[in-house]
Amino acid sequence: MAAETKQFLRVENLSQSFSGLKAVTNFSMQMEEGELVGLIGPNGAGKTTIFNLLSGIYTPTAGTIIFRGEKLNGLPTYKVAQRGLARTFQNIRLFADLSVADNVKIAYHQHVTHTALSSMLRLPGHYKNEKIMRDKALELLKVFQLEDKAAEQAKNLPYGQQRRLEIARAMATEPKLLLLDEPAAGMNPQETRELMELIRWLRETYALTILLIEHDMSLVMGVCERVYVLEYGMLLTVGTPDEVRSDQRVIDAYLGEEAQ
Amino acid sequence: MSAEFILQQLLNGVSLGSIYALIALGYTMVYGIIQLINFAHGDVMMVGAYTGWYCTTVLHMSFLPAMLVAMLACSVLGVVIERVAYKPLRKSTRLAALITAIGMSFFLEYGMMFLVSPQTRTFPPVFPQTIYHIGPLTVKYGDIVIITVTVCLMTLLTVVVKYTRIGKAMRAVSFDKEAAALMGINVNNVISATFAIGSALAAAAGVLIGVYYNTVQPLMGIMPGLKAFVAAVLGGIGIIPGAMLGGLALGLTEVFVSAIGFSTWRDAGAFLILIIVLIVKPTGLLGQNTREKV
Amino acid sequence: MRWEKNLILLAAAGVFFVLTSILAGRGLISRFVLLTMTQVCIYIILALGLNLITGFTGQLSIGHAGFMSIGAYGAGFIMKTFDVQAGPTLIFFIPFALIFGVLVAAAFGVLLGLPTLRLRGDYLAIATIGFGEIVRIVLLNTKALGGASGMPLKQFVGWGAAYWLMLLSVVLIYNFVNSSHGRACIAIRENEIAAETMGINTTKYKVMAFAIGAGLAGLAGGIYANHMYMIQPSTFNFLKSFEILVMVVLGGLGSITGCILGAIVMTVMNNALGIFPEIRMIIVSVLLVTMMIFRPNGLMGTTELRLPFRRGPFGTKGDMTNGG
Repeated sequence: MAAETKQFLRVENLSQSFSGLKAVTNFSMQMEEGELVGLIGPNGAGKTTIFNLLSGIYTPTAGTIIFRGEKLNGLPTYKVAQRGLARTFQNIRLFADLSVADNVKIAYHQHVTHTALSSMLRLPGHYKNEKIMRDKALELLKVFQLEDKAAEQAKNLPYGQQRRLEIARAMATEPKLLLLDEPAAGMNPQETRELMELIRWLRETYALTILLIEHDMSLVMGVCERVYVLEYGMLLTVGTPDEVRSDQRVIDAYLGEEAQ
Repeated sequence: MSAEFILQQLLNGVSLGSIYALIALGYTMVYGIIQLINFAHGDVMMVGAYTGWYCTTVLHMSFLPAMLVAMLACSVLGVVIERVAYKPLRKSTRLAALITAIGMSFFLEYGMMFLVSPQTRTFPPVFPQTIYHIGPLTVKYGDIVIITVTVCLMTLLTVVVKYTRIGKAMRAVSFDKEAAALMGINVNNVISATFAIGSALAAAAGVLIGVYYNTVQPLMGIMPGLKAFVAAVLGGIGIIPGAMLGGLALGLTEVFVSAIGFSTWRDAGAFLILIIVLIVKPTGLLGQNTREKV
Repeated sequence: MRWEKNLILLAAAGVFFVLTSILAGRGLISRFVLLTMTQVCIYIILALGLNLITGFTGQLSIGHAGFMSIGAYGAGFIMKTFDVQAGPTLIFFIPFALIFGVLVAAAFGVLLGLPTLRLRGDYLAIATIGFGEIVRIVLLNTKALGGASGMPLKQFVGWGAAYWLMLLSVVLIYNFVNSSHGRACIAIRENEIAAETMGINTTKYKVMAFAIGAGLAGLAGGIYANHMYMIQPSTFNFLKSFEILVMVVLGGLGSITGCILGAIVMTVMNNALGIFPEIRMIIVSVLLVTMMIFRPNGLMGTTELRLPFRRGPFGTKGDMTNGG
């Protein structure tokens, strides 16, 4: 029992259907603290749905999500985020018209302690918290090499930097578990290599646990310790990158996709 | 409350509800196709009422030709409004489109006021003032006309939407605009046709309201317009049978609220229904739930 | 630097007030112009509140006149109930009446905000229209508050109080918007799902925006009630809500200076064309439609007019070096 409550993330028999259409069926997974795990599968296999379930955007039709001993399913999205679970989006969802710095500051908002009233009256609490927030944001932007873009509108950043900003923003929530939805999508090989370095570095520095969805196999095989393979919303197999790579079922699943 | 009384109010409610339903159809069709609440719709109805008034009073036409002229005039007006004000905004935010629609509504109201003065005009008695007594019920000739016209127009609309080319194209566009365009449907024409049909129905309703209340004035479109919108939402916006159902339900509610002695609260009732429906089942009585894609 | 800048602004505001008071005292500013200036202040407060709800938080509301009427009748009710007469007690009763109006309006803001939060975009707009109409009809039917003939009141709030309360509102809203809490509201406008995923309680901030916006409308209503001698339900109709929306939209959704400009331009135009109501409304509606087609974000967009300080007093953009 004690060992179970210590488990970092435990997903059991998760299912989700949209008006009869089954997007995810009986999906189970476990993660230990500090792991870097990949989630792969052909298009439409239900990977992003699993992210939406984990981050509380969807409420699962069945199954449970236990994160650090606490049940997550049923909690509103913002509470899931406050429990230490952050994510990025496949189709970038930045606050497009706001500055790069504001994007990061907004994500830090859940940690501020001053009230709206103290901001309206400009009491000391406001200045103190705003300063902490500014420093934290600046620090993160440095890490992500975006500090010279701080005043720029997010929508004006080049694509690769927008992806980096999404990760920076997720990091500002100070997460325990980071979910990355296709972080390398649209990046060139050089950018992807840099991203791999960044992901490794983040994990070391912030003692993060990371789950990522990725189509770029070089990235998945390069950084992940374990890989879950999905097909038709069901778990096909799980194993180390080498095991998964040589699994005939996985090859078939991907070949099937390419043959279409 | 006696059975006769209830039956009588039922008849009055159906009569009023038919008019709401006719206006609601225009709201629902436009919303179904371009997801816009066409706020100016109630005012198109007002223009229809004025056209009918002009035809009967100045040109001395009889009821049916006057109504047809009003329908024709308003279908042109509807298409012009769409082309001038709404089409340039098709790609902008819903907020911008909604504000434009409200602007258009005020333009019609006060433009009309400028043209014909704010004075209330009396609609001439176009029907014989015959009153029939069917059992305990008092049935006015006007009630029969209103219900008959509504039933005919709704049947016609249903046939058009179900069986004609343009009707099928309308359903295709409301389902998926891009796919319909790829299939070779001229989306702009379909949208124009929708506005034309919706506005013609509103014009018919306008003439009927003019006859029903005996008066026309430039701001007469606001309240029936808002209520018809409530009717459309109540039935499930975008759904044609929903608009008919919602219109009837609203007409009946209003008549009964007045009948039990709360006539000054009548309008509040309609809006209360609206807020309750929006909160409890925003998709309306006949609507289905959809969710935003993440 | 911050204090220097604020002191200069405060001094400028004071000089303007003294100047207008002297000119009005000598009869160089006519009563009509002074009335227009007071109305400008009332409308600026209204536009600020609606801008917070619609421009900054992105929740379309077309029932703002409803909140205004609640504030007006709330304040009027206090003045009537205690039969307040001119004299030293005004020092106590005027703030009491105004604050009462603000609180009642804010409470209704929460009441409306909470259940309608699940509604998006145009549905919310319609619900707020419904709310505004219901308030009007309820007032119309409430004999205790005067019913359709309205509530006669005395003029206890003049240009000075309206002016300083307007400035106070501007400062409060400016401070709110340029803070972490304000950014949480803006995040909802920008991308609600992303905001929620970043740990922002979107419900809380939508309700907060509604409460503050409605409270300001209540304040404007209270000033109106104590300035215009008479309040009637028909004053606070759909058209009034629409006019406030036009001010915000014309000036720029999400711009404080923009909506102040919008309120000034619209109020002056309204009063100048007061004898030609049809022409006024035709101009307003054509202006609005043209604006939406060619400049859908309003004159200012989300940007702010900057005074020639080295660090702009209205620096909403996240300049990292800005004191905020």
